[in-house]
Amino acid sequence: MTLQSPSLELGAPLVQPIATAGGRSYWQSVRRRLRRDPVTLICAGVLVLLVASALLAPWLGLDDPYKTSMIRRLYPLGSPGHLLGTDELGRDMFARLVYGGRLSLFMGVTPVVCALLIGGLLGITAGFLGGRVNMLIMRIMDVFYAFPSVLLAISLSGAMGAGAENTLLSLTLVFIPPVCRVSESVTTQVRGFDFVDAARASGASMLSIVRVHVLGNVLGPILVYATSLISVAIILAAGLSFLGLGVKPPEPEWGLMLNTLRQAIYVNPVLAALPGVMIFITSICFNLMSDGLRAAMDVKA
Amino acid sequence: MDSVLPVEDRGGPAQPLLLASGLRKHFPVGGGLLGRGRKVVRAVDDLTLSVAKGETLGVVGESGCGKSTVARLLIRLLKPDRGTMVLDGDPVDEPHGITVNELRRQVQMVFQDSYASLNPRLTIAETLAFAPKAHGLPAAEARDRVRDLLAKVGLEPDTYAERYPHELSGGQRQRVNIARALALRPRLVILDEAVSALDKSVEAQVLNMLVDLKTELSLTYLFISHDLNVVQYLSDRVLVMYLGKIVELGPVEAIYGDPQHPYTQALLSARPSMDPRKRTKEAPIQGDPPNPIDPPSGCRFRTRCPFAEDVCARVEPPLADTGRQEVACHMRVAGSGHSKAVA
Repeated sequence: MTLQSPSLELGAPLVQPIATAGGRSYWQSVRRRLRRDPVTLICAGVLVLLVASALLAPWLGLDDPYKTSMIRRLYPLGSPGHLLGTDELGRDMFARLVYGGRLSLFMGVTPVVCALLIGGLLGITAGFLGGRVNMLIMRIMDVFYAFPSVLLAISLSGAMGAGAENTLLSLTLVFIPPVCRVSESVTTQVRGFDFVDAARASGASMLSIVRVHVLGNVLGPILVYATSLISVAIILAAGLSFLGLGVKPPEPEWGLMLNTLRQAIYVNPVLAALPGVMIFITSICFNLMSDGLRAAMDVKA
Repeated sequence: MDSVLPVEDRGGPAQPLLLASGLRKHFPVGGGLLGRGRKVVRAVDDLTLSVAKGETLGVVGESGCGKSTVARLLIRLLKPDRGTMVLDGDPVDEPHGITVNELRRQVQMVFQDSYASLNPRLTIAETLAFAPKAHGLPAAEARDRVRDLLAKVGLEPDTYAERYPHELSGGQRQRVNIARALALRPRLVILDEAVSALDKSVEAQVLNMLVDLKTELSLTYLFISHDLNVVQYLSDRVLVMYLGKIVELGPVEAIYGDPQHPYTQALLSARPSMDPRKRTKEAPIQGDPPNPIDPPSGCRFRTRCPFAEDVCARVEPPLADTGRQEVACHMRVAGSGHSKAVA
């Protein structure tokens, strides 16, 4: 599970003339291409469903995800009253999976958003200013790159202690370097275009040049890349919880549920695999959606 | 800040609009760690030029001779390593002079690549309004100015204002680029190969428009091109560059009618002739220009010059006045030591 460095083609849409058959602006043509892409639409739909159910969990009339029962332990799937069975402490699996989505999605999205803000800011600064500033920022990022991302997350969480906040913090730190690197490379590419020189030659301030001429051209590729990181974040967060470095029991969280259900794998393997299925569905949806966005925004396609 | 109004002439017609002296730009290439022992590309070396008010100064030379670097130095997209600039009597970027920002308002530039010089995410109106707004023009006035600019460059404002660059043809995009350069009402416009990428018919239209705009807005042009015919058509004076140096500078009739420097002569004889009986049979100069990282000693043209002698390798020829034009060649300086030197 390495964070791959992005292909340099991310910025390619900028240079290419944009095909227009009726549509006018760039974003309109992106939207039109997305509408013709069923995979991306289905993935987006599943994600919306997951997020909505997680947000609305308390109002969905589910069982109490914390209520244990020594009698009803490890019911199989399809048991009356427990659609997806019960876990090793007799808690309703369906309720726990829905509630678990709250933490798991939160743990997946928050570090990426934080890394996007910090890494994006650093990367755009490095790319736009170039020279020594670029050197300084990017070499610091290289230090982080020296460690495999999983190892870095585990060691950071281990050093700071278990808990949701520390997991968020360590995941954010893990994601800043790759976001920074992508931002830097697309910004460097955009900065080389004559329209940025023309803006500089007009005597406009650096901030307004970045705001008007740089951001609009780099945010797309950076956001697409960040979307693909969400699935990695969910998996990493689940992994940390599985190792006991993340969320503490009895909080419902998919990674932690995998861990606690592990002993039940010989009794009821399907049940034990359910949290893993949720992680799988979520991350593959984020990945496919990110691919779809990339394709829709790449005008060469 | 009323800096969006046109700037009044100050020094009178005799004072040069722009005077650049001793401009030098060397680019470091590769080299050792922390910049030690690096080699440099001598893109522009001690170049001095003046642009008179209302004239068109043409700049010609082969690819890589430093034409574009000169343009970028004059508008301060590149910071010169050495040299001073004076804009209508005001030193630029010096304690008692004007700021670089003020220079950039009075001097604007049109780039060669009409597509890369327009932001693909902005409409034409947004592109044109960017500079005036950055200088504090209110939105409503900026909108009026955009319409005015589009009309000036021959684009119907209602049709084109809300379009995106990719919806325009190359010629239309270059018109937009020219409009953008005029948005701040500059006095000097640097045209860096501004028409070179256009079709011949479109090029002619744009050139004629440039001539009209110059009279209408009393502009001064610095016209950079490798196309000798276009430079002849447009320019009042011509500057010939070779490897970051001026080799010849003078009125267009003198340069084209009676070129003094062997390089200028070679350039002009390399022009395709309209007369089929006067075909150019042989390449007037051989090979590529030498590497600017390590330019030849003395006269930089000597490695390709048919008249090169010992003195050319030893002494760098100064830019000498020959009456009508200035030439940097030992053959035109009496007593230089060259066997063909004028008596």
